[in-house]
Amino acid sequence: MAQSVVQPTTTAVPTDAPAKLPIGAIAPWAVFFGVLMLVLLYFVGAEQGATALVSGEGVHEWVHDARHLLGFPCH
Amino acid sequence: MNSVTVRNLLVRGMLAGLVAGLLALVVAYFLGEPRVDEAIAFEEANSHEHGGTEIVSRTMQSTAGLSTGVLVYGVAFGGIASLAYCFALGRIGRFGPRASALMLSTAGLLAVYVIPFLKYPANPPAVGNPDTLDQRTTLYFLMVVLGVLLAVGAVILGKRLAPRLGNFNATIAAGAFLVLVVGLAYAFLPSFNEVPEGFSATLLWQYRLAALAIQVTLWTSFGLVFGFLAERVLNPRAATEGRSAGTRPTPVAH
Repeated sequence: MAQSVVQPTTTAVPTDAPAKLPIGAIAPWAVFFGVLMLVLLYFVGAEQGATALVSGEGVHEWVHDARHLLGFPCH
Repeated sequence: MNSVTVRNLLVRGMLAGLVAGLLALVVAYFLGEPRVDEAIAFEEANSHEHGGTEIVSRTMQSTAGLSTGVLVYGVAFGGIASLAYCFALGRIGRFGPRASALMLSTAGLLAVYVIPFLKYPANPPAVGNPDTLDQRTTLYFLMVVLGVLLAVGAVILGKRLAPRLGNFNATIAAGAFLVLVVGLAYAFLPSFNEVPEGFSATLLWQYRLAALAIQVTLWTSFGLVFGFLAERVLNPRAATEGRSAGTRPTPVAH
């Protein structure tokens, strides 16, 4: 992964400012990964607090300290 | 091919988020955990109904549990921030890859954390009424969303005003707009002051400072690491030639 592909769009621009990436190229990644990341944040920040998808207290108790220290309302 | 750039930036964003999460974890463990323990000691000394079965031990909560939470948080925000970065590149002005990354991470810290924190600060165990948890959770996430929307709005406003007012004045005007609207939100949304009687004010202050330090560490190191990685994706030639990016000298010195 460290060796990245040389991008013709960016190398063609001789200025310091990077070229714009078209919205159409960003959108699919933003939709799928954006939602995935928000689900992860939900499990760290709110699951088994105000709302619960999984029953019990396991998730809440496991991330209890992180939830407090990251600033989410915990209990 | 542009999609490949987005994918490369997304992967590096999540990687940078993981690195930032590790640094934040160090701060959380050494600055935050002692305060959490003190708060729990207060809670146990003052509560009568507590003391049920422990599902996850304190040792696990303060090590493996804390690591899970902070690292997942870092990776998730790293991914989201890198997608925002893909969108911001070349659209916020003539800033290079590293400067753009630092600006984005600073904006992220403000919008996602500092703006909600000033109204609804982080609370240690023992602080907070369980009866208001639903309301506090809703309002906290509302403030996060509001912070992001208003920050984006301020950037758009600044861009619109720039041709008329010049960059400096437009930036000041957009900042003033942000402060004003956030101030209005603070004034009209309900507050919660649920610190129990006898809870140490010093401990509360130290706890909240530690919570802020975790986020400052997370977002700042994300901006630096991601900027470094993003430059190698966007400008591979300059990155291998040396520190001066591009064929012309950059306006940002050392």
